[in-house]
Amino acid sequence: MTLTPLTADIAVWRTNILDRLASNRFASLFATAPPESDLRLTALLASAGSIDAIDVAVPRGSTSYPALSAVVPAASWYERKIHDLFGLEPLGHPRLDPLILPLREAQPRPLPGQRSAIPPLTPDEAAIPSRVLGHGVFTIPHGPVRSGVYESVEYLVETPGEDIPYVGIRVFAKHRGIERRFEDLDVSDGVLLAERVEGIASVAHALAFCHAVEDLAGVIPSPRDRSVRVIFAELERIANHLDVALKLADAAGLAVAVSRFGYHKERILRLIGAACGSRFGRGVVVPGGIGCEPAISPNALLTRLDDILREVFADADLLMQTPSFLDRLRGTGPLDPALARRHGALGPIGRASGFDDDDRWHRPYDEYSDLPQFPAVSSGSGDALARLEIRWSEIRSSAELIRQAVAHIAALSAPTAEPADVPAAIDRISGRGIGWAEAPQGEVVYVVECDDGRISRCAPRSASFHNLVLFHDVFAGDILTDFPFIEASFGLSIAGVAL
Amino acid sequence: MPWFTRGRRRVTSRWPAHPDSYRDTFPGAVTPIDRPGEAVPAEIPAVCPTGAISRDGDRLHVDQGRCILCHRCVRQYPERFRFTIPAPAAHRDLLVVPALPETDDALAAVRAELARRTRLLRRSIHVRHVDAGSDGADEWEVLALLNPVYDIHRLGIFFTASPRHADVLLVTGVGSRGMAAPLARTLQAAPRPLVVIAAGTDAISGGLVHPTYATSGGIGDLIAATPDSAGATGAADGDPVRVDIWVPGSPPTPFALLHALLLAMGRLQ
Ligand code: SF4
Repeated sequence: MTLTPLTADIAVWRTNILDRLASNRFASLFATAPPESDLRLTALLASAGSIDAIDVAVPRGSTSYPALSAVVPAASWYERKIHDLFGLEPLGHPRLDPLILPLREAQPRPLPGQRSAIPPLTPDEAAIPSRVLGHGVFTIPHGPVRSGVYESVEYLVETPGEDIPYVGIRVFAKHRGIERRFEDLDVSDGVLLAERVEGIASVAHALAFCHAVEDLAGVIPSPRDRSVRVIFAELERIANHLDVALKLADAAGLAVAVSRFGYHKERILRLIGAACGSRFGRGVVVPGGIGCEPAISPNALLTRLDDILREVFADADLLMQTPSFLDRLRGTGPLDPALARRHGALGPIGRASGFDDDDRWHRPYDEYSDLPQFPAVSSGSGDALARLEIRWSEIRSSAELIRQAVAHIAALSAPTAEPADVPAAIDRISGRGIGWAEAPQGEVVYVVECDDGRISRCAPRSASFHNLVLFHDVFAGDILTDFPFIEASFGLSIAGVAL
Repeated sequence: MPWFTRGRRRVTSRWPAHPDSYRDTFPGAVTPIDRPGEAVPAEIPAVCPTGAISRDGDRLHVDQGRCILCHRCVRQYPERFRFTIPAPAAHRDLLVVPALPETDDALAAVRAELARRTRLLRRSIHVRHVDAGSDGADEWEVLALLNPVYDIHRLGIFFTASPRHADVLLVTGVGSRGMAAPLARTLQAAPRPLVVIAAGTDAISGGLVHPTYATSGGIGDLIAATPDSAGATGAADGDPVRVDIWVPGSPPTPFALLHALLLAMGRLQ
């Protein structure tokens, strides 16, 4: 068979990726549609110390290419998303249903990278083919408006009565078209939008965005700024992990525990707010450094944190001795270690199943390169219980990291001036940068392309997007009443999935 | 030590019966500082990423319904802007501070109309939350209302799982188009009278995320754009569904949300 040049390029690209996967982790796949030129596919591969892009051009007019997910299953959702946004079909994809933007055939596609206006698009549920159900199996839809205060997402639980053989996941209801919104912003507005991609991990998203910009501009923030970033990133992690504990306790109906962890989480948010004016750490991380000096002294912050954590750990110890709670988590929603490794499961979910690729230690950024490593520990059983154990362990290490970052700051001289705006080197940048950060949910990666200081393409990838697909694989032997425990133990945010 | 011995210290706010120092000091909204007779530099409005700042003559206005609290104006022009307590409003125009002169008359009518509908809601309400394209942070702040610090049960406010039991619909998010149909179904299922709250800058105007192909400019636009908004979602009592209360903030603080719920109950002005 003779191969056309396109296929040859794609074949080389695929082989290249497969070769690298022997030692690297598949981190992302996205497309870019620059005006007036070929569509570009970009795969991101994470190695020790770096995340690299491998590109291939898909000539204009091509409507398909051989699917990467045929050989790299972890690419499956990425290719569904590319299909939604670009109308490009990955041939041989195992299940090409619309994911974030179901549209009827004739409608235009958003084509991120185009930098031109497109008409409003309304997701059309009818564009998703309905599944043929097995004998006696029925579907229980949960959502998109859920019972309780949740983000909008629809889980279609297919069940013959008790077991859950299959869960359908529909995230498109809250698709916001964020990737297109980045286009033509300058980087100082871009970071504000990055904070809103996944609001509960604002600091991590701002960090990953800024790292991409700083990578491109060759700017390294001052040691003081790098330490302040660590403090806010770790506070965000503590708040998120407490939120998971709160939701697990809620699923188990432990009213006092719910109150206690709700109170602790509130105090952490207030601490973050006292330090920067935003309960979510927004406005702290800006391209080139930090946007504001902490409003309370690092030592005062540490004292307040210690006070809170003393009570947190006392309650955590009690929770981990409450049999009615542990019974619900033990053996629930297990993620197979082999799958965790193959998929490159991120954050606490991966770590609980023995796969640990933490950006803070494996690709250190900011002050983490000068801080000791604290690998998280758990029983390694990969179930909801192990995921919670990982989070307690991470809260402890976050506290230690903050302590050390505060010590680093104390050893430096006080800043002489208020933080400057965006450094001149960043103002007019052109080219492409890649940045990453370890969010509470796991690694966040941003690819930012700029043209004379304006963003021409921004492709964020949250850990929530990469990990949510694993939901399909963790219901072995579990029943309907386990669902809230499994969902809570994942600790993901739909905003970061649907973008 | 068992659970029942935990947390016996009082941590609950006494607001609104008594002032709360956290509420009074948290920088949850931005307002201009009036400097009569001093010219306003023309470049000031451009500092705002969402166009929330406007200038007329020697006065500055901030539209808190567009402000995403990026703090830039306060940092760069500390003599011109300051932080203040976010105040949810029963009229969209009231979020522009200082108020525009023409707001007053319209307001009285709106207040009276809301009071007519909320007469029955004074003692206790059931709230149904709907996420229409939030960034996820808004849900944390809504959920915070249940923690022991805010403890909204003390005020007779409860969340309900079913829209059929809802007196109040608390909607977060920029108004993603994918939520148009689910939101319309929720509105349709809710009984009347119903108070609709747009919670947060995203829900009011779309914030920084709007405009994109997938968003509308807040949930007011999303409801209006839904084909059957006048018919099926129209109220049994003949009123069209629309946003009644607007809560600034990005995300709105728990105290601002609580304030809005008390407005819906007619217990605060
Ligand atoms: S704080 Fe609000 S008003 Fe001020 S610049 Fe930022 S968005 Fe605009």
